[in-house]
Amino acid sequence: MKLWNHYHTPHSIDQAIALLNQYQGKAKVVAGGTDLIVELREGHHPIQEALIDVTQIPELTRLTTNNNEIYVGAGVTHSQIVKSAVLVARATCLVESCGVVGGPQVRNVGTLGGNVAHALPAGDGTTSLVALDAKAEIIMSGQRRVVPIAEMFRGPGQSLIDSTRDVIIGFRFVLCSDNEATAFKRIMRPQGVALPILGCAIWVRLNPAQTHFEAARVSIAPIGPTPGRAAEVEAILIGQPATDTIIEQAIETALQILKPRTSKYRATGDYRKEMIAVLLRRTLQLAVQRARTGQAVPEGIGME
Amino acid sequence: MSKLDITVNGQIHHLDIPESRTLAQVLRYDLGLTGTKIGCEEAECGICTVLINGTPVNSCIFPAFKAQGREVQTVEGLAQDDGELHPVQQNFIDHGAVQCGFCTPGLMMTATALLNENSDPDDHAIKVALKDTYCRCTGYASVIAAIKSAASEMRGEGSLPVNEPDVSEPMHAISRSVPPQHVREKVTGAAKYTDDYVFDGMLYARTLRAAYPHARILDINTEQARALPGVVAVLTHANVPGENLHGLVYRDWPVLCSDVVRYMGDGVAIVAAETEDIAAEALKLIEVEYEPLPVVGDPKFAHSHEAPILHPHHPTGNLLKHIKVRHGDIEQGFAQADYIVEREYRTPTVEHAFLEPECSIGIPPGVAGHEKLTILVGSQIPYQDRNQIALALGLPEEKVRVIGTLIGGGFGGKEDITGQIHAAMLAQATGRPVKMLYTRQESLIVHPKRHATIIRMKTGATKDGKLVAVEAELYGDGGAYASLSDKVMTRATTHATGPYVVPNAKIDCYAMYTNNPPSGAFRGFGVTQSAFAVESNMDILAEMIGIDPIEFRRLNAQKVGTTTATGQVLRESVGLLETLSHVEQDMMSADGDFHWAWRDGHKAYAWGLACAYKNTGLGGGAPDRAEAEVEAFEDGSVEVRVASADMGQGLAHVVAQCTAEELKLPYNRVRVLLCDTDLTPNGGPTTASRQTFVSGNAARVTSALLREALTRSAAEFLDVPPETLYYEEGLLRHNGKSVELGQLVGWMKGNGLSSKVRHEYHAPATQPLGTGGDMHFAFSYATQAALVEVDMETGAVKVLKIIAGTDIGRAINPLMLQGQVEGGIVMAMGNCLTESYIVENGVPWTNLFARYKMPSIKHAPEIISHLIEDRVSTGPYGAKGVGEICSINTSPAICNAIYHATGVRIFSLPVDQDALLRAIRAGQTEVYTAWHDVR
Repeated sequence: MKLWNHYHTPHSIDQAIALLNQYQGKAKVVAGGTDLIVELREGHHPIQEALIDVTQIPELTRLTTNNNEIYVGAGVTHSQIVKSAVLVARATCLVESCGVVGGPQVRNVGTLGGNVAHALPAGDGTTSLVALDAKAEIIMSGQRRVVPIAEMFRGPGQSLIDSTRDVIIGFRFVLCSDNEATAFKRIMRPQGVALPILGCAIWVRLNPAQTHFEAARVSIAPIGPTPGRAAEVEAILIGQPATDTIIEQAIETALQILKPRTSKYRATGDYRKEMIAVLLRRTLQLAVQRARTGQAVPEGIGME
Repeated sequence: MSKLDITVNGQIHHLDIPESRTLAQVLRYDLGLTGTKIGCEEAECGICTVLINGTPVNSCIFPAFKAQGREVQTVEGLAQDDGELHPVQQNFIDHGAVQCGFCTPGLMMTATALLNENSDPDDHAIKVALKDTYCRCTGYASVIAAIKSAASEMRGEGSLPVNEPDVSEPMHAISRSVPPQHVREKVTGAAKYTDDYVFDGMLYARTLRAAYPHARILDINTEQARALPGVVAVLTHANVPGENLHGLVYRDWPVLCSDVVRYMGDGVAIVAAETEDIAAEALKLIEVEYEPLPVVGDPKFAHSHEAPILHPHHPTGNLLKHIKVRHGDIEQGFAQADYIVEREYRTPTVEHAFLEPECSIGIPPGVAGHEKLTILVGSQIPYQDRNQIALALGLPEEKVRVIGTLIGGGFGGKEDITGQIHAAMLAQATGRPVKMLYTRQESLIVHPKRHATIIRMKTGATKDGKLVAVEAELYGDGGAYASLSDKVMTRATTHATGPYVVPNAKIDCYAMYTNNPPSGAFRGFGVTQSAFAVESNMDILAEMIGIDPIEFRRLNAQKVGTTTATGQVLRESVGLLETLSHVEQDMMSADGDFHWAWRDGHKAYAWGLACAYKNTGLGGGAPDRAEAEVEAFEDGSVEVRVASADMGQGLAHVVAQCTAEELKLPYNRVRVLLCDTDLTPNGGPTTASRQTFVSGNAARVTSALLREALTRSAAEFLDVPPETLYYEEGLLRHNGKSVELGQLVGWMKGNGLSSKVRHEYHAPATQPLGTGGDMHFAFSYATQAALVEVDMETGAVKVLKIIAGTDIGRAINPLMLQGQVEGGIVMAMGNCLTESYIVENGVPWTNLFARYKMPSIKHAPEIISHLIEDRVSTGPYGAKGVGEICSINTSPAICNAIYHATGVRIFSLPVDQDALLRAIRAGQTEVYTAWHDVR
């Protein structure tokens, strides 16, 4: 069935914005289309007058490193992220989270920008971007803006941007340096929709002696309607010894403050609480180990 | 319309097409490259995979204009121009990785992309690459083997040996792993399934489905839809020319609903239009006024007095059928028992998820060279399709022709009528060919499923480990229409003692009408469900008695001389004990020092085992026959014709092998024509694991009759006594003299003799349930052991290994039969661990492929398969059924293993890791809920 009438492939952001303006809300930005086109087919959106494909815009397809900062264009695919040596080594959680999205065919076209625009409460890529404290560069209402990643989400399936008007350009974050590391893990339900029961991305920095947590960022999703950080859990870790005892304390705190709901198609609240403990333990231990060894081999790519 | 420049398989195309096209549409409709299949249009199944600049993508959701200026490779581009197959194609053939062939292009394209990047992929790399490219037939083991072999060949190291099973006494063509029919077409993309056919002037049809699971229809207004430009016909119940009912056992299913809708898949109106989009648009313009009625959502409620009666004309109300087995004296039996276990089990509705959605094309008389109303369809029962179409259209059967195309998987799900009658009606009404292709989402809602069941099973045994009694009550959710519920639930009932000697049995089964999608045939035919209860109870009892579960089964196993609970004395071919000992031996030797269970960190490992049996053939007194026609030609070839379906399981090569055997011909000189009601005689339904036995025998006996005719003629031609003639590689020989088959046929024609024989084979008679005697003419037997890993922190269950022993009488084609076993096991793993078709008060929640998880290659365990060939004297060369027996006991074997690993027993499928973990944590030993029971 016909889902759109026109398909445009602009080569600059200005062209893309001009096209969106021209269609006055009757066109949507599309990147890989692995979510949007399926949703169009399922009737979640009306038939679009046009789709504006942003994957040929150079600024959206770049993946560039500048000292310790990396820029990942919104049109960079999950597969490109998984294959990026610098991300594997220095933003492992993003590789692990993008590596478990769909199968190769979906990862080959689905983009990080699309994952964020889709604004699922537990988008795998977005959970990691939150832990990486990324910033999104966007064009919103015609203005170029830089917003913290957490501000990109307004509710389940609702992002800050309006894809009939705005464009996500890319993401910036600081790569891991010595004594820093990240990890991502998730638990999937084997039945029904491919929704994570729970996903967890963690960034840690150990002190130079590698004995204590100097800083930590923890993102566990879905807990609330949008992805976010567990600040209380981070607070337990910071300044404390990087030991199993502290990790268990962090888990205890997480269990007190995080109240996962029973979600019919994901799992019971009780089970999800158990998974908070399991995921935090496994992910934190892995991140600490990576920070200590300086080695990171992504786990679970393509098979979770 | 806009310009699209793309290179496809090296050829540059400048197309002028709408920008709304997907890449799959361009390939299939604009370029006629129908090797790329569409399975779901949700980017879920992966069978539409093509390569863009070498990268695999799902073409079903890939906008065509996104491929502007790029290079696309499809399955048609794999072979070289001179026809030499790509190593991936050749190895898929050689390793038996092609069954129905519908997913094959997607698997091969994904594999090709992998091999372009990785010249020596291990299992893990292959699983990562193919994780979201589904196959419902093979179970993936042969696919992995084929890819590794292709890689080896592409590295210049030669292909790898084929993992061919050991079989006894191979003959000329029987027990030989010949390639299946049409396999070359299937790997090149040339194979045509129904949706691959197009005709001049063809219209596209859609069906308006019910808006409620149960409602009275007050009014249907089609005026606006008719007025839409491009709409050629809109038909309702008022336009059904003949009887507005169909059904395989009971005629209770309206062609188009007139007064009441009984499930969400009910058809209310049908539209034929110039394009699919117009047809879809027209559906929105049809106004139907409903009065919603109370919904009967589950079989136990259906049996209660409060439930509204769904079929007022059915004499027993919502009780579609009460099926009874009575054997011995149940009270006395339990009085002898030292141990009694009684538990309730639940199994979910399960979807076949064949990868080819249903498609029918109706062609009116006088169009496209067809003299009569012709329907193209991939159906498991072409002659019954014809019967049902003719009745609905008010035509004599001879005025209707059903031509079976290749079938992209069936598994029981293509036995009932779906679009056949509708396509025929629209073709009649419009005078033009009409294609009715279901979307995946429509397919999910419409066709009958595996019955959800609630089974209360009570089993008693003595302290010596002898079974003494089984009492069971089964409720089957038959859904809105009868379909094959009567037969399926009968099989669940008669097999509810398991493959054991049970002197006293009382089993009651209630097949109920509800407002859920109808339930019908599904590989295992009810036995899958009852075996879960039987084999779980067996393990519980063994533990209570304190006896090894294998020993317990051995003590009670059916043998030659056993009387079954239906009163049948088993006279031969009872290979259960042999399957058990093979599996036991492998299991025990797997790790030297055998343990049922062990721990390694937070992972628990354990073995579990279960047995099963399954009838071959219709049984129960139904006449079971198949007619075949075999004709020899002057070019020395032979054609065998039978209207039996090959949905991927391989019936075509089975009949070809039988004919090649009887005529001692090279296999490649035998052609097979299947499923054309004008050209092929009736082979009956492809169900009940019957075709190898019944159509195989028909081909065998008919070929033997042709051989006799040929021998008589050759004797005359060579002037030698007929008894001294023998057949050898297409020649009839006598000492120094010989005549080629083709030459002989020419001589026969010249002398007015026919080289064609038609014969109807009748399988041994059976008796109806309740009358004693032979209810079935053969049973196949199986034992399976499962090795599972349970993550004790998450409850996640992984099947690492399955050891299978399967008694199939004889392996006509060992490699393809092994593919059936592997595919059956992986499909059954889905039944146990991932699959559940969810209906909420009559409304299917599972209305997307994305909401139904079937096993992917990542789930594929190591499978060790032993074929046990305990011949049945009446089977073709000793063979009996295989299609179902391999898919029945996997679920209880896995659940028994989970129990050994965790101490928690699962009573509701699919296994819910959530409930399992909570039980482990709480020290509970029994789990009675499945995942969607979460509130």
